[in-house]
Amino acid sequence: MNAAERPHEHTPENCRRYLGSLGDYIEGTLGVELCHELEAHMVVCENCRVVVNTLAKTISLYHQLPAPELPNAVKERLLAVLDLKPFLQNGTGSEDLQAE
Amino acid sequence: MSRMDDGELVARLKAGDQAAYAQLVEEQAARIYRLALRMMGNETDAEDVLQETFLSAFRSIDSFEERSSLSTWLYRIATNAALMRLRRKEPEQVSVDEPLERDDGDLLPRQFFDFCCLPEDDLLRDEARAEMLRAIDGLPATLRSVFVLRDIEGLSTEETANALDLSISAVKSRLMRARLKLRERLSTYFSQGPVLPDTRQ
Ligand SMILES: [Zn+2]
Repeated sequence: MNAAERPHEHTPENCRRYLGSLGDYIEGTLGVELCHELEAHMVVCENCRVVVNTLAKTISLYHQLPAPELPNAVKERLLAVLDLKPFLQNGTGSEDLQAE
Repeated sequence: MSRMDDGELVARLKAGDQAAYAQLVEEQAARIYRLALRMMGNETDAEDVLQETFLSAFRSIDSFEERSSLSTWLYRIATNAALMRLRRKEPEQVSVDEPLERDDGDLLPRQFFDFCCLPEDDLLRDEARAEMLRAIDGLPATLRSVFVLRDIEGLSTEETANALDLSISAVKSRLMRARLKLRERLSTYFSQGPVLPDTRQ
């Protein structure tokens, strides 16, 4: 009997088999059948349980990373390079022109 | 005057309307800079990529077809500019033909330290965040671009595939590889425990 027929067991082949499905599992897009299989496997396999938890945590930590701001000086230099300097007036600067 | 929607903005961009150019910068520059910064890992290169992106976008606006949104189109230009620059800097590191669908042996998890239950203070401290950024830099560029677009910028799988000219399955597989590598690295980092600079005996 090979590992595929005993999906619940904690064997290197099984852990490997589920590796590619963990992303879908975390995002809730894994097929029902495979999802049940994986969950049954995780009951007996602490390693896979930890990998799933820490993988989800890794993603959520990156989601919480503060977004860097665009420094004003960088924006000014960008507008200069693009010959759009006249449009730099704190904010959009396009109102006056559109009012014409 | 109300904000122009994509279609109207595109029409005015194609007509060479300077105010439309300025509006595009206004709306998209911060996002593109963020992407460039995460891709390049330093501010100087990020600024170069930002400028290249808009220069190239304005040059090629005529060829923009509205199959994707303006912002996905800009992401595509920016990612290409970043990858090109990385290829010049570290040619051995960035290969387009990198075999991505090969055996997953090198992805097998090795660290099983469950850092989930560490105090938030430890997980969110500045040092941990610096390590997270270094970990992004440590990814091969082809994985980094997928990870940054999906998990940092929050694009959908479809939008990412579109921006990078990849198939959906290639995006999924690269994203999985990137996430597993980052998980591995963060596990190692957090398993070493918090560094307490003030611990004196
Ligand atoms: Zn397992």
